[in-house]
Amino acid sequence: MLDRDEDILKAAEDWHKAGRGVALATVVETWGSAPRPAGSSLVINDEGTFLGSVSGGCVEGAVVTEAMDVIESGKPKMLEFGVADETAWNVGLSCGGTIRVFVEKVG
Amino acid sequence: MKLAILHELNTERAARRPVILVTDTESGEQRLVKAADFAKDPLRAELDKQLRMGKSANVEAGGKKLFFNVYAPTAKLVIVGAVHISQALAPLARSLGYDVTVVDPRTAFASPERFPDVPLVAEWPDTALPPLNVDAYTAFVAVTHDPKIDDPALLHAFERNCFYIGALGSRKTHAKRGDRLRAQGARDSDIARIHAPIGLAIGAVSPSEIAVAIMAEITAVLRLPPKEEAA
Repeated sequence: MLDRDEDILKAAEDWHKAGRGVALATVVETWGSAPRPAGSSLVINDEGTFLGSVSGGCVEGAVVTEAMDVIESGKPKMLEFGVADETAWNVGLSCGGTIRVFVEKVG
Repeated sequence: MKLAILHELNTERAARRPVILVTDTESGEQRLVKAADFAKDPLRAELDKQLRMGKSANVEAGGKKLFFNVYAPTAKLVIVGAVHISQALAPLARSLGYDVTVVDPRTAFASPERFPDVPLVAEWPDTALPPLNVDAYTAFVAVTHDPKIDDPALLHAFERNCFYIGALGSRKTHAKRGDRLRAQGARDSDIARIHAPIGLAIGAVSPSEIAVAIMAEITAVLRLPPKEEAA
């Protein structure tokens, strides 16, 4: 069974209730061929457990790392990933697209 | 995201009510707008448009960069007829993310052996359908070939304004069905909503191929703009 957005958001709420630090990452913009459309989300907790996806798996690792900072600081971040963006991030999208991901703390 | 917003978002989604989460991507400020409240919202035109397309997008309004995250309810598929096609259709629809229910009063057809893991209701449509909360986010297919079962089911689908209504049968069968449904009070506009013969014309032969044709047609109706606007 594929993770649906509702399960992801339910997990965000459940994890927060269980006392975990939680961040939500959402694809807010895509250019070119991006694997997941705007609105797709990934929920991450402070143990590094995550559910959902913002790409086909290409940038989730980097998003999880950034999410840890966001959980710590409470300040939202806008991340951008793309094939031509190697200076900013060491990861890119193999499909050649670019995505922007908004990462925010829950609660 | 504030916990109260997340909780409200999950509540609305559980109740199958569409909402849009509006985020100011610079300040991180957020608000949740329920579809029922769109009419009185200053951004109603933008909200309406994005919900209709079922698409999350960036919108610039009042000098602010906003992200509209559209949460439309999970589409349901109600299959009336636990026939061979349905055995292929149910798992295919589930893999596409639909909540699937199969209805057929004939217990020999609606058996768990034939439909493992699919919610089955072995009752006549009058009893089976009302509790399913068939709504505008439901695709509805009638594939029993038996008017005693298909006809009342289709009348229910008209009443509930399903986004897709399909029925199995040739053009000739469908013409007869139209006459029967009209005699039971259906309007011409209701009959015109039925996709029949069911499914996109891809030359489908086997039950699995017919299932693909049906899901392709449902996907097109769900995702493409309405025909009058597409021109």
